[in-house]
Amino acid sequence: MTAKVTVQEVERVAELAHLKLTPEETGLMLDNLNAILDYVAELNELDTTGVTPLAQMCELGDATGSSALRADQTQPSLDRAVVMSQAPETDGAFFKVPKVIER
Amino acid sequence: MVSEIRTAENFIEKPQTLGALREEIASGRTKAADLAAGYYDRIAAINPRLNVYLSLTKERAMEQAARVDALAAKGDPLAPLSGIPVGIKDVLMMKGAPATAGSRILEGYLPPYDATAVQKLEAAGAVLLGKINCDEFAMGSSNENSAYGPVRNPVDTERVPGGSSGGSAAAVAANMAVATLGTDTGGSIRQPASFCGVVGVLPTYGRVSRYGLIAFASSLDRVGPFAANVRDAATLLGVIAGHDAKDATSLAAPVPDYAAESDKQAEGLRIGVPAEYFGEGLDPEVRAAIEKGIAALEAAGCTVKPVSLPLTKYAVPVYYLVATAEASANLARFDGVRYGYRSPDSDTLSAMYSHSRDEAFGAEVKRRILLGTYALSAGYYDAYYLKAQQVRRLLAEEYLRAFTEVDAIVSPTAPMPAFKLGEKTGDPLAMYLADIYTVTASLAGICGVTVPCGATQAGLPVGMQVLAAHLNEGTAFRVARAVEAAKL
Repeated sequence: MTAKVTVQEVERVAELAHLKLTPEETGLMLDNLNAILDYVAELNELDTTGVTPLAQMCELGDATGSSALRADQTQPSLDRAVVMSQAPETDGAFFKVPKVIER
Repeated sequence: MVSEIRTAENFIEKPQTLGALREEIASGRTKAADLAAGYYDRIAAINPRLNVYLSLTKERAMEQAARVDALAAKGDPLAPLSGIPVGIKDVLMMKGAPATAGSRILEGYLPPYDATAVQKLEAAGAVLLGKINCDEFAMGSSNENSAYGPVRNPVDTERVPGGSSGGSAAAVAANMAVATLGTDTGGSIRQPASFCGVVGVLPTYGRVSRYGLIAFASSLDRVGPFAANVRDAATLLGVIAGHDAKDATSLAAPVPDYAAESDKQAEGLRIGVPAEYFGEGLDPEVRAAIEKGIAALEAAGCTVKPVSLPLTKYAVPVYYLVATAEASANLARFDGVRYGYRSPDSDTLSAMYSHSRDEAFGAEVKRRILLGTYALSAGYYDAYYLKAQQVRRLLAEEYLRAFTEVDAIVSPTAPMPAFKLGEKTGDPLAMYLADIYTVTASLAGICGVTVPCGATQAGLPVGMQVLAAHLNEGTAFRVARAVEAAKL
């Protein structure tokens, strides 16, 4: 991994993350990212051939079957009125948002 | 013991023990309502300076206090936390009360449900005082990343309380609550406990339900208690621990009586001391304090031996790849659609997403989202995220091997005592390196406790971290009690 992130890459990643950065923010992020990525490059010192990634912590902590599934039965969910009371814009049933594409 | 502080203002005050308060309330000598009112008075007096509480839940608290007093008057047996004033970190949901996660993006948001840990505290009789300030989305090591201003360390108000649960630690240190809930993803309970001179618990991953916790990194987040002494912290853990059907990662293992476990002598336990945690970068006064703590353990009849954890140096880079990657996914939901801040005047959906997020997320949150997104993006996933998860397994296995030789591993919780406000905010990497002693345990899923272990010449608290294997919180508590008993 060569850690030399470009401005274009920061902008692309910002787009992926739905973040709109100012040019100033972009510059700062560029420096921060490069510093951090330089640091994480240390991980290349380790040989991880054949090592299974550790993604599910449960495999380490518990052998007592906490991964058992519950019965497939419908249960009540959240109260709609209460949920919609937190919506920035709503018609009561749906969340209202600006149009998806510019025509 | 924290020695005389030379600052003009001193907010340190030790809460009474759970045992003493329980007796006071059960006997009727103290009314839970009066106790709660007293806490609200103290909060009104000192919160403007310390900035611990973001919102208060007085109505709910006083209703609960009245319920407790009625039961006490009838002479009914009381639940273990009856009448005990507790504060809740603002990343945990209390129905109908603000949950900001220390961010503008959730300003005004009122959750429609309680977190399971909150529910369990209340069912045990606790009086929930309010929501406590923290680093934004639990990202930070100093509580300086809150959109609502930093929390000040009650020991020295020019200093940070630590983070991200800085407010929760400070609340107990300043007796603005008898106990609090915080969360720990990379050290966010342990480090502030160390900086503020209180006890903080890192439960085994999955020991406490994460339902109702605003997620930062789902494979790392833990909910845990702060208290003024080890036994009370153990009692609190016992109340909030246990399987929850609403959290698919919660463990089914039975919950032992942690308080009783903590009463057991530490004599005969094997304590591991890892050289890697005592190397370069460790403040000499912190080292001296921890060495005294280790000597106290030997005096208590423990066998102290060196253990080797050579992969320790890789823990911080692994953590900052795994945690940020998971955070980038977890924070994608904050988009202005269903709750929280929505940027006005966006003419397309996409613009609404990016404007809302850019305007309402703080710099550290954006930095971590970007880093995480980068680590997961096409072309980089294998080199960064996958690699980190592989090293994570190696780190976890190294710890598990060490625990076949020793019962607990001790170390400083942080390489330095509480630093000054503003001292590290200019250098994110320096801030990340402060997590060096705490992140490996986070990655491995194991449990631990931070216990006060003396102070520096200037009176700044030092905390010892006691780590134990999965589901061995009892052992960690026993060792912590022995350190506490030494009154260093």
